[in-house]
Amino acid sequence: MAGISIQSLNKRFPDGTVAVHEIDLEIEDGELFVLLGPSGCGKTTTLRCIAGLETQTSGDIRIGDRLVNDLRPGERDIAMVFQFYALYPHLTARENIGYPLRAAGVPRAEAEARVDAVARTMRLDGLLRRKPDKLSGGEQQRIALARAMVREPQAFLLDEPLTNLDAELRLDMRTELKHLQDRLGSTMVMVTHDQVEAMSLGDRIALINEGRVEQVGAPLDVYDRPASLFAATFIGTPAMNILPVEVDDGDLRAPSGLRLPIPVGLPRTDGLVAGVRAEWLSVTAPTGDRHGAARVIAREALGDETIYAVDMGGHRVHVRTPPTVRFEAEDNVDVAFVGTEPRVYHEGTGRLAA
Amino acid sequence: MRTVIEKSLLLVLGIFMVFPIFWMLEASVKDQSTILANPPSFVGFEPTLDNYRDVFFARGTEGEARAASGLVTNFGTSVVVAVSATFLATAIGTPAAWAYSRFPLKAGKDQLFFILSTRFMPPVVAVIPLFLMFRTLGLLDSRLGLILLYTAFNLPFTIWMLKGFVDEIPAEYEDAAMVDGYSRVQAFRQVLLPLLRPGIFATAVFSLIFTWNEFVFAIFLTPGGGAVRTAPPAIAGLFGGTETQWGVVAASAVVFALPVLVFGYLVRNHLVAGMTFGAVRR
Repeated sequence: MAGISIQSLNKRFPDGTVAVHEIDLEIEDGELFVLLGPSGCGKTTTLRCIAGLETQTSGDIRIGDRLVNDLRPGERDIAMVFQFYALYPHLTARENIGYPLRAAGVPRAEAEARVDAVARTMRLDGLLRRKPDKLSGGEQQRIALARAMVREPQAFLLDEPLTNLDAELRLDMRTELKHLQDRLGSTMVMVTHDQVEAMSLGDRIALINEGRVEQVGAPLDVYDRPASLFAATFIGTPAMNILPVEVDDGDLRAPSGLRLPIPVGLPRTDGLVAGVRAEWLSVTAPTGDRHGAARVIAREALGDETIYAVDMGGHRVHVRTPPTVRFEAEDNVDVAFVGTEPRVYHEGTGRLAA
Repeated sequence: MRTVIEKSLLLVLGIFMVFPIFWMLEASVKDQSTILANPPSFVGFEPTLDNYRDVFFARGTEGEARAASGLVTNFGTSVVVAVSATFLATAIGTPAAWAYSRFPLKAGKDQLFFILSTRFMPPVVAVIPLFLMFRTLGLLDSRLGLILLYTAFNLPFTIWMLKGFVDEIPAEYEDAAMVDGYSRVQAFRQVLLPLLRPGIFATAVFSLIFTWNEFVFAIFLTPGGGAVRTAPPAIAGLFGGTETQWGVVAASAVVFALPVLVFGYLVRNHLVAGMTFGAVRR
């Protein structure tokens, strides 16, 4: 096992598209590291550069202590699981799993033993003689993982591994993947566009947007303290509320008179917006003090909680409440801030101000 | 009412299409006088297989062992030329199609257009320059010359058709093989080629049929006639002289058409796959 270090990675395609721009990442040994971002943000290109399937325009990639810039994919000692699994259709499950060992010239008896061992780990007994088209999506996924594991590589690269599974299976596989990574203690780099997947699986997340790293951090850090407006709106369901604010005698004044505490060290400038998570707000029956007056637009009762969309002076704001709070659409309510402090961003640059 | 008209039209069209084949088959089992009889008799004549015997064996005295006819040699030439040219075109075209499909080549699309454009003009236009080139290179009246020519003529089509098949196969299979420790070329040979086999087969069939049936170049580039001629000009060579043996001409044509018909029937599913590839969403 080994960490992966990426320095000033750039990738420009022949048609001029810049897919990756000056990306630096330090992925630690034994960590499940998630590259998260919208489609086309460069996360898959970054992964393919690590794998050696794309050659970077500039920048260095190290796996362990080894500079791998000029090594072919097969020489980098990494394994990859593809979004569509890429199981060789003309080979049986067993041959698929053993395929990397054939390339490595592992003696036949040893190869068979290793395939059997991995198949046991992944609970694939009974499936090994089938061809991929006779296997379900989940089974194909497990075989793709087994094929990656059988080489005992330095690191695993997973490209949207759960995207093609149906919802129920995806949850199972998520648990299984997490469990597997814990047990193997292996370095895994996973690409996903699904923030829930990233939050639940990642030891750390790198949020990527337009070829640049927006933020790197543990899931809860990224959730609590998004480093940019993009991060604030990309992570979390519902997304963080973004409200224009002004500094006004010791408080931040948001639309409709909502008052927010000023975070420590906030510079005194114009053009600030506050990021407020839905659970940092509450709705109550109107008190008539003209702070945070709002009107309910919609209610999403999820059972364990209720999300209200309310209109505050022309801004739509989401509020997360316990299921016991009951209002109807068109009800007048008061919204109050109940968190510790909001995040404040420069509206122009989108960067965190405090 | 409409279906009656449609069916009648289809019937007329069907007769129009099928009658020549029927006529050829019939003439091949008639003797010369029956063929030339006026009005022609379509039924009630005495069928004979003499024409087929004459296709395969030289005419000789009754009772003696007969030598193989010249036409047999020409059929042999046809087989050698068609199979070699198809093999070469496929062997060269497959890696080319792979390259055009997978690699970001400089002006790749323009190159592909250029390759296709070599087939835009009617082949006859190229006959005279080709004749002169072949004469200079000493390739006239040689099987090698015909093989090279047909390889070149089949290549554009082979590359284009195979590129379509390669495009249909996700590049991820080769990516996976490369990550699994194989080189780019090994990934091509061990992963892509097996998946591409149906496409290669369909393409080769088209190439084979084209080569088998080609007439114009075959006759112009073998002015000496004889053994190096493929079957189509050899059959055409049966016309003329003092008296054209129409029965033998018809029987030769049947023998010539039969392998392609049988082969086409056997591989009809591949042919359809080849014609419609890309049109069907998987």
